[in-house]
Amino acid sequence: MAIDKNTPANELTIGGNIYTAGNATEFKTGDWRSSKPIFLSEKCKQCGLCYPVCPDDAIPVKKDGNRADFDYDYCKGCGICAKVCPFGAIEMREEGEE
Amino acid sequence: MSIRERLSGNEAAATAMKQINPDVVAAFPITPSTEIPQYFSTFVSNGQVDTEFVAVESEHSAMSACIGAEAAGSRAMTATSANGLSLMWEMIYIASSLRLPIVMSLVNRAVSGPLNIHNDHSDAMGVRDSGWIMLFSENNQEAYDNLLMAHRIAEHKDVLLPLMVCQDGFITSHSIENIELLEDEKVKEFVGKYTPEHYLLNKKEPIAVGPLDLQSFLFEHKYQQAEAMKNAKKVIADVAAEFEKLTGRKYNFFEEYKMEDAEYVVVCMNSTAGTAKFTVDELRSQGIKAGLVKVRMYRPFPAEEIAEALSKDCVKSIAVLDKSDSLNAAGGALFEDITSAMYVNKKSVPIVNYVYGIGGRDTTSNQIKSVYEDLQKIEKTDKIQNPYRYLGVRK
Repeated sequence: MAIDKNTPANELTIGGNIYTAGNATEFKTGDWRSSKPIFLSEKCKQCGLCYPVCPDDAIPVKKDGNRADFDYDYCKGCGICAKVCPFGAIEMREEGEE
Repeated sequence: MSIRERLSGNEAAATAMKQINPDVVAAFPITPSTEIPQYFSTFVSNGQVDTEFVAVESEHSAMSACIGAEAAGSRAMTATSANGLSLMWEMIYIASSLRLPIVMSLVNRAVSGPLNIHNDHSDAMGVRDSGWIMLFSENNQEAYDNLLMAHRIAEHKDVLLPLMVCQDGFITSHSIENIELLEDEKVKEFVGKYTPEHYLLNKKEPIAVGPLDLQSFLFEHKYQQAEAMKNAKKVIADVAAEFEKLTGRKYNFFEEYKMEDAEYVVVCMNSTAGTAKFTVDELRSQGIKAGLVKVRMYRPFPAEEIAEALSKDCVKSIAVLDKSDSLNAAGGALFEDITSAMYVNKKSVPIVNYVYGIGGRDTTSNQIKSVYEDLQKIEKTDKIQNPYRYLGVRK
């Protein structure tokens, strides 16, 4: 059953229990972000150091093993990826600044 | 045929737990409830129960272990007193908000400080708004009976709230009195099996318990708890009716002692009711129409019913006895509950509050008699100088 902020009390599960598994993806935590990593693909050597350290699994990896652009639905902007990148291919910017 | 025994309040509680045979007991010793886990661990060692006994390192852990066990799908119990309950405080709210029907035996004791190990109700009063059902017991028999009814109430699908059974530390917990016990088989049948609909160890249904609950949801979840507490009233009455059929012992939301024509009424909880009944009998023999209301079900609070009982035409004045001071310059907790119940139900009877018995101070029948004398004065003069009074304090 879909539950959202309009669901009345008598239709909510008790104590907020969640009776299904694997639903963390439904909770988009990307809007917690205050700084945003920018992927500079021209500088990226596809070394593969960034995505294993992402705590939110927000760096998608394609079938060929290369990374793609950030998944901003889940990236919280912690900046660990930018720290580990040896090639300056990830730049942190203030959220909202273009 | 029931079994006649003589047990202390703690023995009675431990015996109830033995007969209930819960899946998990997690407890930490603290005076005056120490004997309950002590006796129970003996039952575990002797193989008289199938319970997993968790000897935790603190009361915070005791309640945490009960929460984990109950969420996993098992029946969990604990026992504590005073500062042990204080240390559980955080988890007390988690247990009720996660809607886990844990059952606790609370042996009432003064919450320090200054350090005191004797009886008053300050521990229970501290958690009166935490969403636990609270049943009070006058003596060992009631502590035993309330525990036998506890799971049937707490685990009911319309309720699903934790429940604590209170008894007075030392006065009840360490006094040996006669008691009628049920046979193990009858208890087993009455309490029944715990079959939660959702639980963590169900491999067919992976669930999450206690997720983040922000502005869009917490209000509704608290409302659900409030509704469950209202539902509990009917369940408590139904279970008591079934229990009466089994044992012949009748349990209402509150006991009315000689209230049919009572003019002067005292309201109290737990063991003091015994002393008060003795006093009522004495006064009755002198022709004074004294009566007593003993609150058994403190949470949910029987506001409407108690307002009705206390406002019968014969009632001329009321004294509410609080064994815990709210230190609020207004009155004790039971007094405030009763006065607001009266006001909301448009019942007006002169009413005063006495804080008494703090830190285990003995409360004698003569002191209770003095309360009834005050009530007669109030009736004559129709004046209440100070509704927030003390009984037995040196000042």
